[in-house]
Parts: sequence; structure tokens; C-alpha cells
Amino acid sequence: MTVPPPSAALHAPVPSPTRQPQRPSGRQRAFAERTVRKIRRRRAANVAMVGLTYLAAALATVPLVLILAHLLTKGASSVGLDFFTQMPKPVGDAGGGMANAIVGTLIVISIAAAFGLPVGIGAGLYLAERRGTPLATTVRFLSDVLNGLPSIVIGIFAWEFLVRPVRHFSALAGGIALGAMMIPLVTRATEEMVRTVPTSLREAALALGYPQWRTSLTVVLRTALPGIVTGALVALARVAGETAPLLFTAFGNQFWSTALDEPVAALPLQIFTYAISPYDEWHAQAWAGALVLLAIVLVISLVARFATRARYGGGGD
Amino acid sequence: MTELAAPARTAAGAPALGTGIEGSPVGDRIYRVSIAAFAMAVPLLLAAIAIAVFAAAWPAFRTFGPGFLTSSRWDAVEGAFGAAPAIYGTLVSSFLALLLATPLAIGVAIFLSEFAPGWLRQPVAFLVDLLAAIPSVVYGLWGIFVLVPLLRTHVMPFLANTLGLGRTPLFSGPAYGPSMLAAGVVLAIMVLPYISAVAREVLLAVPRSQREAALALGATHWEMIWGAVLPYARSGIVGGVILGLGRALGETMAVTMVIGNRHEIAASLFAPGYTMASLIANEFSEATGDLHLSALMAVGATLFAITLVVNAIARWLVWSVSREGAP
Repeated sequence: MTVPPPSAALHAPVPSPTRQPQRPSGRQRAFAERTVRKIRRRRAANVAMVGLTYLAAALATVPLVLILAHLLTKGASSVGLDFFTQMPKPVGDAGGGMANAIVGTLIVISIAAAFGLPVGIGAGLYLAERRGTPLATTVRFLSDVLNGLPSIVIGIFAWEFLVRPVRHFSALAGGIALGAMMIPLVTRATEEMVRTVPTSLREAALALGYPQWRTSLTVVLRTALPGIVTGALVALARVAGETAPLLFTAFGNQFWSTALDEPVAALPLQIFTYAISPYDEWHAQAWAGALVLLAIVLVISLVARFATRARYGGGGD
Repeated sequence: MTELAAPARTAAGAPALGTGIEGSPVGDRIYRVSIAAFAMAVPLLLAAIAIAVFAAAWPAFRTFGPGFLTSSRWDAVEGAFGAAPAIYGTLVSSFLALLLATPLAIGVAIFLSEFAPGWLRQPVAFLVDLLAAIPSVVYGLWGIFVLVPLLRTHVMPFLANTLGLGRTPLFSGPAYGPSMLAAGVVLAIMVLPYISAVAREVLLAVPRSQREAALALGATHWEMIWGAVLPYARSGIVGGVILGLGRALGETMAVTMVIGNRHEIAASLFAPGYTMASLIANEFSEATGDLHLSALMAVGATLFAITLVVNAIARWLVWSVSREGAP
């Protein structure tokens, strides 16, 4: 006995029923109704749940819109030329600016970049070039762990090693703390970007007689550079807004200071001090400071985004 | 190091051409040693952080022993320090944040990976990601002047009176404003982008065949997601949530500004409290003596240990998924 293949079975003429079509019995009708109800219920559940995901997306954008709106309405009026060029005014006087805090933030994040970028890029190169070695696996994991550490713990680290022994707060300690926070971000970005460099490029350089170190530094790293710059900017944007580690290290300063071994003002610290103060003039300054800080962070992030886009958009090198 | 003696290999694992024959073995050696040194800097840094934190915390741990973690007395004048209220506050505020943020974040991730029309996908993803770019202190400022008044005048009365939850201990007591609830809401907004980013990535890694199979069996879109996509992505999403937990536990400035800073274990979410990070930030500059300072550092050490464990678990979960999920 041969069984016809399934396709043949499908197309075989259906043996015509000898019975006359009947009216469905009560049980059949009940069954059909139940099925229809069930399908309706499933469809309704589908619409409801899909609608909920739309609602979630809408809700998730509300806080951002609210925060931006409040920053603009409460902060914009106090942001003028004075804000960038004047020193803070004493309590009771309206106006004044945060020139020292803006400069202080620039100093601190410059130190952070000087410390965090070389270490992060070097470690990222190692992870990409020697991946699979036990050290690489360990370093990758630990760098993720470092990334997850609370910033305040990293502040304690800088305080214990750089502030406590010398008995005074310093811009340097603040920069080192922020630099330590940058390292895992830069490491990860470098590793990912170096990995995307085609092997053929590397092989071509080696075939031309380049030693490995020159291949890595002048061909591979250079090709990956735009991506690494993006990663570095993202890391900078993130630490520029950090406050907690600076409480123990840079500490803040009401006066003009650019010395690396002295307490220095920073924009986030100044915003914090002003926000928790009881004075209305200071609250206004805090809003203005927050607006400026957010603008700095967003500009850095957007530049980073465009750096990536230029790379993939085929703008050439 | 034995790797140095082995023939140079390219990233793909093929033997590198050139090196070893001519080229510059000395230069290569210097290069390899220096990048290995930079790589070693990461474990060393982590070790230095651990040493610094525990060294600073040691006097307090020695004085109070394990009772430091369970005592709820914090009296700088008498030199009695116990971290229980701060630990409690950290756990409650973070848990509350996850409770609020997780459904929302997963909803956003599902929307972005499954339903969003093409023109909406990029902008919504960008706006949600932008939440992660806002500095903590800006959240705190917004929390003090916008969120806390809003909670005090509208949300808290609504929860307590309109919904009638005021009789339960969780929502009882006067509505001051700065409270555990405020901290939980701010934290929820702050961890939302982290959870949603990981969830989105994991959902996108679910193979197409999984979805098509469910649809072919007659599932509706939602049944496909519930029955085929989410189970596949589950441990990755859990990893993302735990990653968000790590963020919430360590968040300092925004919480310090809205939680009210009081050493007390209160059942009500309307009551002010403390978290470990906010305790350190708030009292550091006014610490009265070495023991007080060391007690704050001991709180930091506890926080360090907790986040270390939480992050390790999260990484492991996310990694296990991305390794299996890779096509």
C-alpha cells in the first residue's frame, strides 16, 4: 500500500458527502459561539496590550519633556553674558554668574580626560588585539564592574589616596576620580571600534613590512579613531555632570581658582549648593546653572553622534 | 609573559605576516607590554578602590562589628553609628524605582522593537536615551522644585484619600513632600533608559523565526510577544533590570535632594528617609570626628559590596543571553 505524498492528498478531490447539509445542532452552535467569543477576547486583549505599549512609550517621554520645559522657563531668564563672565554674588544680591564654576568644570574634566583617555584606549586596544586571553576576559569583566560602581564610591577612593594624605581638597583629586569613571566607557568603545577594523587592512600593513606596533597605532587605531572619539566624548559628557565624587575631592570654591592643588568650583557642585540653599536668588542661579550644564552635556553628546554619523555616512576620512 | 614569545597573531587569529622575520621585535615587545600594562590598570584601579574604601571604613567596622549593619542608632554626639536605616532606605527606594520603571521600560522596549512605525522609532528611542544623559544634579533640582511639590499637593492626597490607601501603613502619615516616594519616583525616571536600552537590545536579538513560528500558529501579536518573544528574552531583560538596580542603589545627588535625609526606618512611603549614598554625601562635609568619618566610609564600603554583587549578577545574565542569542 502506498501512501500518497501529502501534497497529493491535499489536492485530491474531497469525497463528496452523501449526507444532506444539516442545520447545526445546539451543541455545535454553542461551540461555534464560544470560539467566536474566544477569538474576540483574544483580539481585544491584543489591542489592549499593544495600546499599553504605545502608552508606555508616550509616558516615558513625559519626564524628559517636563524637565526640559522647566529648565527653559525657570533658567533661561538668568542665563546671559553675565552668567559666563561674572563671579557668584553674595546672598541677597540678584544676578552674578558662575564663571569660576564653568572654568573649574573645564579644568576638572581636562584632568579626567588626560588620565582616563590614555588608559582607556590602551586597555581597549589590548582587549581587541588579544581577545580570548585570560587577562582580556578578566579585564573586560572588571571594566564592566567598574562601570557599575557608584560614583560616590570612586569619590571615596580619590579622597582616601589624594585628599586625606595631603589634608586639603584639590582639583587634581576631582579629575582623577572622574578619569577613573571614564576608563571603562573608553575601554569598551575602543575595543568595539578596533574590532570593526577589517582584518584585511591590518594584513595589508603587515604585508608591507610594517611591524605590529606601527600597524596597530598608525593603521588600525587611525581607522578606528572617529569611533573612539565618539566614545571619548560620550564618556566626557557623562562625567561632566557628575557631582558626587567632587564632594570629596574638588569640594567647590566660592572664589576664582585655577590651581590644580587647591579646591576648585565646579558647575554641578555649585548647582547642588544653590539648590539646597534657602535663598530665592540662588535658586534662580541653580536653574540657570542646570540649563547651562545640560546644554554642555547635550552639545558634547550631539557632537559625538555626528562624529559617528560622519564616519558611517561615507564622508571619507 | 608567555604570549610575547608566541608568534604575533592578528585579531582574526591568523599568524601575522612580517613580524618575527624582520620588522621590529623590540618595538612590538614595547607595544605589547605597554597595552598589557594599560589593561592591567583596570584590575589595579578596582583593587585600589576596594583597598581605599575598606581601609577608610576599618575603624568603624572594628568599633561596631556586625552590629553596624543592624543598628539603627546614628548619633554623632555620642559616637554611636548604625547603618540600618540607610540600608533599608536604599533597598526600599531602589525597589520602588524598579517597580515603577520596569513595566514602563519593557513596554517602551516592546513598542520600539515590535510596533513602532519607522518614522517614530528613532525619535522615541532618542528621547528615552536622552534621559540617561541628564546629570543627576539636574534631576535633583527638578525633583526639589517641581516633583516634590507635585507629589505633596496632588499625588499623595490622591493616593491617601481618593484611593483610600491612607489606612494602609504604606501610605499613611502626613505628606511632607521630601520622602521615600519622591526618591523612588526620581530613581524610576533615572533608571528607565538603562532598563529599556538593555531590554530593546535583547528583544532585537530574538530570532525572527521565533516570531514567525508563533504567528504561523495563529497567535495574535500580543500572544506572539507574550508566548514566544518574552520567554526567549527573559533572562536578558532580568539582567537589564538588575543593571538598573545597580544604578539605583548607587545614585547619590538626586536622591539626597528629595529623600528628606532622616535616620529613621518608617513604614510609610510618605516619610522622609536616607539612603547609603545620600547619607555619605550629606554628612561628609559636617562629619565631626574620625569615627564619624569612618562610619560614613563604612556605609560606602557596604554600598560597594552590594553593588559589586548586583552588577556581577547582571553582567552574567546579560552575557549568557547575548552569547546564546547570537545567530
